[in-house]
Amino acid sequence: MLEIKNLHARIAEDETEILRGIDLTVKPGEVHAIMGPNGSGKSTLSYILAGKEDYEVTEGEILFNGENMLDMEPDERAAAGLFLAFQYPIEIPGVATMEFLKTAMNAQRKARGEDALSIPDFMKRVKEAAAHLNVSMDMLKRPLNVGFSGGEKKRAEILQMSLLEPKLCVLDETDSGLDIDALRVVSDGVNKLRSPNRAMIVITHYQRLLDHIVPDVVHVLSKGKIVKTGDKDLALELEKNGYADFIDAAA
Amino acid sequence: MPAVQETIDQVKAIDVDQYKYGFVTDIESEKGAKGLSEETVRFLSAKKNEPEWMTEWRLDALRRFQQMDEPNWARVSYPKIDLDDLYYWAAPKSVEGPKSLDEVDPELLATYEKLGIPLREQEILAGVEPKNRVAVDAVFDSVSVVTTFKDELRKAGVIFCSISEALREHPDLVKKYLGSVVPVTDNYYATLNSAVFSDGSFVYVPEGVRCPMELSTYFRINEQNTGQFERTLIIADKGAYVSYLEGCTAPQRDENQLHAAVVELVALDDAEIKYSTVQNWFPGDKNGKGGIYNFVTKRGDCRGKNSKISWTQVETGSAITWKYPSCILRGDNSRGEFYSIAVSNGYQQVDSGTKMIHLGKNTSSRIISKGISAGKSSNTYRGLVSAHRKATNARNFTQCDSLLIGQDCGAHTVPYIESKNSTAQFEHEATTSKISDDQMFYCLQRGMNEEEAVALIVNGFVKDVIQQLPMEFAVESQKLISISLEGSVG
Repeated sequence: MLEIKNLHARIAEDETEILRGIDLTVKPGEVHAIMGPNGSGKSTLSYILAGKEDYEVTEGEILFNGENMLDMEPDERAAAGLFLAFQYPIEIPGVATMEFLKTAMNAQRKARGEDALSIPDFMKRVKEAAAHLNVSMDMLKRPLNVGFSGGEKKRAEILQMSLLEPKLCVLDETDSGLDIDALRVVSDGVNKLRSPNRAMIVITHYQRLLDHIVPDVVHVLSKGKIVKTGDKDLALELEKNGYADFIDAAA
Repeated sequence: MPAVQETIDQVKAIDVDQYKYGFVTDIESEKGAKGLSEETVRFLSAKKNEPEWMTEWRLDALRRFQQMDEPNWARVSYPKIDLDDLYYWAAPKSVEGPKSLDEVDPELLATYEKLGIPLREQEILAGVEPKNRVAVDAVFDSVSVVTTFKDELRKAGVIFCSISEALREHPDLVKKYLGSVVPVTDNYYATLNSAVFSDGSFVYVPEGVRCPMELSTYFRINEQNTGQFERTLIIADKGAYVSYLEGCTAPQRDENQLHAAVVELVALDDAEIKYSTVQNWFPGDKNGKGGIYNFVTKRGDCRGKNSKISWTQVETGSAITWKYPSCILRGDNSRGEFYSIAVSNGYQQVDSGTKMIHLGKNTSSRIISKGISAGKSSNTYRGLVSAHRKATNARNFTQCDSLLIGQDCGAHTVPYIESKNSTAQFEHEATTSKISDDQMFYCLQRGMNEEEAVALIVNGFVKDVIQQLPMEFAVESQKLISISLEGSVG
């Protein structure tokens, strides 16, 4: 599904190199966790996958279902099935969450040449997905992310993810700012979306999220490179010993 | 929601720089002589068969005008307008005094059709609920040619006709109220209008009557080189209610066109007037060439106690907008409202706002202004809130929000607040924001393209004001705003 080959990238503005040769292959149905210390390039990787302008790819390629993703605009990537759950979801004042959902869903449908959803069909889908995530009707009427608590913001992200039915989900520190209960709701929502046709990349600092969303593969990112790959036990090892060994290894 | 989708479809349907309503209807026009003089005014007044007092009123205004200088305090700049190079009289030749729609020039009807005006009677006969009907007093260039729904309005006792007709049929009412809100010498453009106003609408809603339908006038500047000077007078007698809609489009051309309208509203005891405008005149091309100069004086007088006047405007067009719909809160407990969306793109210049003059006791006012600037445009909110010595317990709430799109536009807020009464409470809130790169990226990541993302964010920004508009205007306004911001990103 996703093939990243020798990816090098830097911040466009000041040419600071962030990614220094990443190789990663994610197959349908797999859940990959990417762990690493602050500043290792985890969030940058997620932004580059989604096509944020602030970064420049200097070397390497990204193939998404065989297509060169670096040639695609962010909205084209979204319509092709890429979803990024933001670490810090953005506020859109005056735009009801419901309205945002509908605009996004129909925009993707249009880009794929499908008809817009009828209102009853849309409402049915939203109500179902919202119920699973403890999202109230009242919250759906409020402007997206404006005045939302940390937990509400993350639930709104997962709600969007479930309604947009992406092929590849990238979750950028979805556990940050969540208490234990909220973490469980969000993780359950994510686990419900695991399927043989869908892949996920879960970016996190901490092992605790991976107790809930159990990964197939764990990668350790340090200084812009993947320095170690293993199974879910690697995360436990990291939890115990910290990143120090790997940082030294990369240096 | 649906309106947003419609907005996007509209934007898609439009080519860049292709002003949707940019066409000139080929109808032979009858023109007076060029230039501004006593002779012009007499010719105009005679053409309209006006009574002697009206001619004198105009001539008086002309004499005053000749003593006045063009104001220069607004944040707008433009080449000097040569008033002697304009025609002050133009009327579609073929439509003198039609008795029904059948007598109206088909080409004119076709023009309205292009504009989507629901004028034709068969549409009404086709089963639209009477209470939802919109009466259209169509103004084509300077002469009102068609007035529908007259009978139904007459049944309710509502007078809705052109000012010219009102001068013939209801001279006492016109004489009593014309110039009573905007005096002849109020300002440069209003004085010019008083001398040479061509036509416009007249509404009188008698005591205790709730006007059974929303009244609507569509304007269209069509004749090349014709300054258009509309004059509108609306009177709501004691306990009356009326909602009035004004929507405008104009054909594309190179020369600048002057528009200096005057609108006067009078609300007596317990009366309410709601006046909504969607203004979409040609804003000029992508190089800032052409476009309408819109110098308008709009003022409402809450003359009676417990009266209310509400202005709602969506301004997307014109090269220059100079416009301050205001309320004089004279009656005790009277209320004034101003809801505004002003969009500027390209080289448009907007200097707009309101005045709330609190004179009576316990008067209140509310101002919500949303300015959106894009391209190389300049967008200024200028407002005055004042409380007179006797205006005990005057209340005002003002909120001015500006949204900037791109790097080369400007937004300015110039509020004046004057209080001569210690019990007055005035609040002012102002914000300036930008559509951030982060917001755009977030929307794009969810699958929207740039136009869709801007439309969504902007519609969120203006929501408070859109909600004040009558339904059909709300939808049209969202379309207009998106069309106006076409190409402002990327």
